[in-house]
This record gives sequence, C-alpha cells and structure tokens, in this order.
Amino acid sequence: MPNAQSGFFEWVFFFVRTYGGMFLKGAGTTLLISLTGTVTGFVIGLAVGYVRAMPCDREDGAARYYVLRFVRGLLGAYIEVFRSTPMIVQAMVIFYGAAQILHVTMPYVLAGYVIVSINTGAYLSEIVRGGIQSVDPGQREAALAIGMTYGQAMLHVVLPQAIRNILPALGNEFVVNIKDTSVLNVISVTELFFVSKSAAGTYFKYFEVFFITSVIYFVMTFSITRFLRWLEKKMDGPENYTIHGSQTVPVGEIKLKGEPEHE
Amino acid sequence: MSETIVEVRHLSKSFGDHEVLRDVDFSVAKGEVVSIIGSSGSGKSTLLRCMNLLEKPSGGEVRFHGQNIRNAGFSLQMYRARVGMVFQQFNLFNNMTALENCVVGQMKVLHRSRAEAEKNAMEYLTKVGMECFVRAKPRQLSGGQKQRVAIARALAMNPEVLLFDEPTSALDPEMVGEVLSVMKTLASSGLTMLVVTHEMGFAQDVCNRVVFMDGGVIVESDTPEVIFTHPAQPRTREFLARILDK
Ligand SMILES: Nc1ncnc2c1ncn2[C@@H]1O[C@H](COP(=O)(O)OP(=O)(O)OP(=O)(O)O)[C@@H](O)[C@H]1O
Ligand SMILES: [Mg+2]
Repeated sequence: MPNAQSGFFEWVFFFVRTYGGMFLKGAGTTLLISLTGTVTGFVIGLAVGYVRAMPCDREDGAARYYVLRFVRGLLGAYIEVFRSTPMIVQAMVIFYGAAQILHVTMPYVLAGYVIVSINTGAYLSEIVRGGIQSVDPGQREAALAIGMTYGQAMLHVVLPQAIRNILPALGNEFVVNIKDTSVLNVISVTELFFVSKSAAGTYFKYFEVFFITSVIYFVMTFSITRFLRWLEKKMDGPENYTIHGSQTVPVGEIKLKGEPEHE
Repeated sequence: MSETIVEVRHLSKSFGDHEVLRDVDFSVAKGEVVSIIGSSGSGKSTLLRCMNLLEKPSGGEVRFHGQNIRNAGFSLQMYRARVGMVFQQFNLFNNMTALENCVVGQMKVLHRSRAEAEKNAMEYLTKVGMECFVRAKPRQLSGGQKQRVAIARALAMNPEVLLFDEPTSALDPEMVGEVLSVMKTLASSGLTMLVVTHEMGFAQDVCNRVVFMDGGVIVESDTPEVIFTHPAQPRTREFLARILDK
C-alpha cells in the first residue's frame, strides 16, 4: 500500500490493482441500469408519444374524445412533473415514498432501474411525439388511402420513420443516463459513483479515485456514442442503387440522383 | 350506360368559414377516364380527397355502388382499397423498398399471402417499367420513377377506380412523359380513372369526359371534344384561353 509520501500515480495504480474489480462491477451496474432504463423509458415514450400524437376529433364520438382528452391530461402532467424536477429528488421521493406508503423496500438496483425508466420515459415521450409529427403527413395519408387503419399506418409506415429520425436523440438519452445514474448513489445503488465514493472515503484519496472514475465514464460514453453513430450510418444503407442482372442496363453502380453523398 | 362506381351528391366542404366545395354532384362510371381541370384553388384536390374521406365532407354524401360510404357497417378500409389514390407528391413509404411499397397494403389490408402479394406487385412494377428497381428505396429514385412505383402500388390493390391528383405536377419536365405514357396505357387497358390534371393534352386525347371546376362548383362536364372546341360556359372558355395561351 502506498504511504503519505507516495505520488499521484502510485495511488492510482494502487486503486486500480486493489479496487479494479469493484470499479468494473460498479461500471457494470451503471451500464445495466442506464441501458435497461433507456430501453424501458423508450417503450414508455413510444406509448405516451403515440397517445399524445393521436388525432382527437369530437366528430369521432364524444366519449372517445373526452376519454382521450383526460388520458392526455394525465400524461401531460407526468411529463411536466418529471421534466421539471431533478432525478436525484425523484429518486428520494420514489424510493422512500415506496418504503413509507407501500411498505416495500425495493432492491436498490431495481429502484434505480424504475427511477431511470420513468424519468427517461418523460423526456422520450415528447421526443417521440415530435418524431411522429416530423414525418410528412403524406406518408400517413398514403397508408390510409390504400386502406390501412390508423393503427396500421402508424405501425408500418409512420413509427418506423419517426424512430429512425429520433435515433440520435435516443442514443443521446442513453449517454446522458450513463452519466446521470450517478445520482442514484443517494439511495445506495452500487453503481460506479457509489463504488468510487466508498473506495475514496476509505483512504481519503478523492482526486486519485475520481480521476479513475472519470476515465471509466469517458470511455463508456465515448465508445457508445461512436458505436451508435456507426450504427445509424449502417442502417441508412447506401445512397445509390445497384441494378443487378438487368438485360437492358449493364451491371454496376448507377447513380440515380445527382445528390451529394452525406458526409 | 355502364354501372356507376363512385357517385358524389350535394357534396360540400368548408375549412372554417372558407367554403371550398359547394353542392357538387358528380359520378364516375365503370371504364370511364375522366379528367378534372380548373384553376388553382378551385377545389379539385379537395373533391378527390373527400371522395376517399381523407377530408371529411361538411355536407352531402359519397356513394360507392349506390351505398353511402359513411353508413354504419360500411368498411372504410375496404372502400379505400377499392378506390386507389395517386398523389402529386408520390408519398411512397420512405421506409420501404419499391417492392415492399406495393406489397404491404395487399398483405395488411387484403390479407394476401406474401408470395401472392409479391407476384402481383411484380406484375404491376413490370407494367410501369420499374421491375429493375424492386429493391430500391424511394430516396434512390427519381421523381418519375417514384410516381411510377406509386402507380404500381395503387394498382397492386386491384382497385375498381384510380384517383390521380396532379400526378405529374411535381415532376421535372423530362419526367412528365414517362408517367403520362404509363397512364395512357392504363386508360387503354380499360381501367376506370379520375385524373386531376393541368396536362390539357392528356385530358383532350385520353379522357372520355372532362370536368371543369371553378370556385368550388362544377361549371361544365362534357366530352373533350365539346370542352376544348365549343364549351357552353363562358368561364370554361376563359380558363382554356388563359391556359392554352401559355
Ligand atoms: N386543409 C385545408 N385547410 C384550409 N384550407 C384548405 C385546406 N385544403 C385546401 N384548402 C383551401 O381550399 C381551396 C381549394 O383547395 P384545393 O387544394 O382543393 O384546390 P385545387 O383545385 O386542388 O388547386 P391546385 O390546382 O393548386 O392543386 C384553396 O383555397 C385552399 O386554400
Ligand atoms: Mg390540388
């Protein structure tokens, strides 16, 4: 073990050697909660965004109209509340509220997952709604015009395009969650920040430990950002269309549109 | 007189205070090729959109084989599958290839098997000369190619009548010809068509009947011969003089 005279890097190596496994486990928990929380939040966002983007017309029946208006009001309140309070406060309220009112003590990691999901859901609901509204209305009309129901038009035509458009925002939300799950240490979730705090507190070496911690956070967010960008490009496919096996046109790449390539 | 497919009676439509269609009576019979002409804002698109309920009419009714399409128990989805629509802006599904565009409606609406739907789609993609582009996404196609795929998509539903809303107006001039020639072929194959167009040549040569609209009403409806050589209404004459002058 290094002593009082040891330098910065000696301590850093010491922590990496002794606490490496713990750091990795903490980082694992961070990744687990932020990934599952983002995915669940996305599912919530899809459902809420879908309902909030639904056309609401009195002519389609008064009952439907008022029920929809009411449900929308509730969902709107959910979004406002969770976007207007810090996640660290939401964590306290939900965790201790569940303990006091429902008499359930959630396992810490589960509690973290629930909180991140609900919080992410509030943000993604608005993003999904915006994504749906950004799809050209002509797309939905064409789907309706060949006889699809509203639900089919959304499922097969509008949502796939909306989701493609919001993919960058979704990836961004994931990265934000990796960083923001650190607030879950207030309810003792053993994610990366909590682990770091414990290790640092034992030796009063906050700078050294949190130097390591920031490197780990950076590596996680940076590599995930890059990976998502690569994935987006891959999904879009090539800009040009290659005609295969036609008798009239020689096989090869044919540029059909004089558009410049995306960078 | 052959059987009426779609019929519009006393149809009116307002957007707020703005009355766009007034008491329009109009019908399309099996095998007819009808064109609707008229100046911008006269309500041509709105009439077409009311016919398949993309817009809700404010008054009057639309009948399909004599049945009011807003009757309870009448399936709007099945009606729309029988009455195809081709849009000015093509509106190909951007998330699908040309082939998928022509297959998805057949499978989801008509519940055809994939094999059957693809076979049928290929037949119509070939008919419009797009068989080499089945795997292309809309963004990889030119305007004329997109519109031809959109026509194939509508035809693949095997509709009884096809509505076209200015199918060539969004095209570069050199692509208008390829789409019009596809439409001519369809007309001569006996398809019932209702075409909103500014292509007077098409209206004159291909259509059995030309409808002139102005200010939300049908001013005159007659054979191309009459409309283009000795129209009864002065408004028709003025419009044609203006448009043919250009
Ligand atoms: N959704 C809408 N809301 C309000 N007004 C509308 C709407 N759609 C059309 N209008 C108005 O209705 C009138 C008729 O429009 P419509 O699109 O039917 O004309 P059109 O004959 O198709 O013209 P064009 O040749 O330019 O396509 C126009 O004055 C237009 O501004
Ligand atoms: Mg129009």
